[in-house]
Amino acid sequence: MELRGRKVIALGERDGVPGPALAECASKAGADVVLTLTACYV
Amino acid sequence: MRPVIRDVSLVLAHAPSFVRLGSKPLRELRRVDAPLGYLLPYLRDWDAACGYAPNQVFIGNVGVDDLAAHATPWHRHPVGGAQRFGPDGEIMPEHEFLGLLAACDGFDLLALDRDVADRARTALDTHPLIGRDSGRPAVPSGVAPDVIRERIEKHRAVPLLGVDGRLLGAMLPGHDEDDTLTGQVLMENLACKATAALALRHLLARPGAVAATDVRYVINCGEEAVGDRYQRGGGNVAKAVAEWAGCTRATGSDVKAFCCGPMHALMLAGAMVASGLHDDVVVLAGGSLAKLGMKFQGHLKHEMPIVEDVLAGFAAHVARDDGTSPVLRLDAVGRHEVGSGSAPLAVVKALYTEPLGRLGLTLLDVDRFSLELHNPEATEPAGSGNVPLNNYRTLASLAVVEKLIERADIGQFVRTRGMPGFSPTQGHIASAIPYLGHALRGLTKGTLTRTMFTGKGSLFLGRMTQLSDGISLIVERNG
Repeated sequence: MELRGRKVIALGERDGVPGPALAECASKAGADVVLTLTACYV
Repeated sequence: MRPVIRDVSLVLAHAPSFVRLGSKPLRELRRVDAPLGYLLPYLRDWDAACGYAPNQVFIGNVGVDDLAAHATPWHRHPVGGAQRFGPDGEIMPEHEFLGLLAACDGFDLLALDRDVADRARTALDTHPLIGRDSGRPAVPSGVAPDVIRERIEKHRAVPLLGVDGRLLGAMLPGHDEDDTLTGQVLMENLACKATAALALRHLLARPGAVAATDVRYVINCGEEAVGDRYQRGGGNVAKAVAEWAGCTRATGSDVKAFCCGPMHALMLAGAMVASGLHDDVVVLAGGSLAKLGMKFQGHLKHEMPIVEDVLAGFAAHVARDDGTSPVLRLDAVGRHEVGSGSAPLAVVKALYTEPLGRLGLTLLDVDRFSLELHNPEATEPAGSGNVPLNNYRTLASLAVVEKLIERADIGQFVRTRGMPGFSPTQGHIASAIPYLGHALRGLTKGTLTRTMFTGKGSLFLGRMTQLSDGISLIVERNG
């Protein structure tokens, strides 16, 4: 998927891949990260 | 002076009537026409909760490997001859726990129905550790039902309804205009205090335990925010619990880091002992009422009992080296630092590779890893996955990356160095601590040489940082 120029919501999980890690990847791929959140399911 | 962990206690209080007061059920049941009947078929009696295999592991009656071999689903395969008391603690029935709550309420805000109070007093007075002659405050007399109703209708008391809908009592707010002292908040805080106090009394009752009056510092690492409107979360549940348990020469404080709190607290307790500041420090925490029934919708969907019906508590004694108790290695504390990053591999390297490397060790030098031990039977029906298993696989993947094992050996690594999750979803309690009793036995009387405990905290939930938290501690055989 081409992320350059796309707006991205980075929704991660603490025990999986957290939001900031997703956001960093998306950002480096040229996306505009508009929201970063991490969920905790426990 | 290197610190040791002399002992630990782990307790549960069965509290099915309190499930409706859990944060998730409280919100969801507002949308239900007949909330009492809605949950009723899914709430367990005490026999079922006591015989529930994960609960028996929690109090030390069943080993973690025995649980791994136990028939599933666990809620359909109770442990035969299950006992209320175990080497690590007990599973207290609710009618008795109500008495403990009332005995922990120093402001007479919790009023129990007269019959409920009488039954609770009779039961609690015969408790082997906190009975009538134990020096604890008495269970106060109950009140008439019309008094409870008046408190609910005119004074905004929170009703406490039994599983069958019977009015058991009510909790008054602590102030008319303070949102941090509502009946609901105070009930949560009192449940936390009571379960922590129960755990502390268990710890102090062990053969050879430190005298209550020799405990000089208590660190509470529970997650409840005790305070008022001007200092929300102001704290010091530690001192309240120490007072209740007769630790008259102790003072204390609260350490907070979401579910990572217990690891920080153990580390700090060890540092206090190592520095010579205090010889005997207790780390403790009570349970989270807000997390009762947290995943209940998944349980209803799968027609299974709500297994998040127990409050948990623990207390651990950190002391000077006695030559036999397992050592808490302060020279190999794993830290998730501000700059550690959030990528899974970076996190596990910070928490495992780095501290072990400092000692010249690898992952294969650790017999057992204890991490998030949430019971998968509570989480999987709600779509939250098997948290321990996922974390053990991540850890095993690190071992592959470090060329310690082959990819094909991941399953064996998880089975032999991990364990099934058996803790109630009680947040900070579930974060590694429940294995501590098993570990101390294994490191003294068993075959274990080294164990590693890792807690994680979801700091981002408080909306002040995107970071999570993590601390790992090595606990190993003395000598």
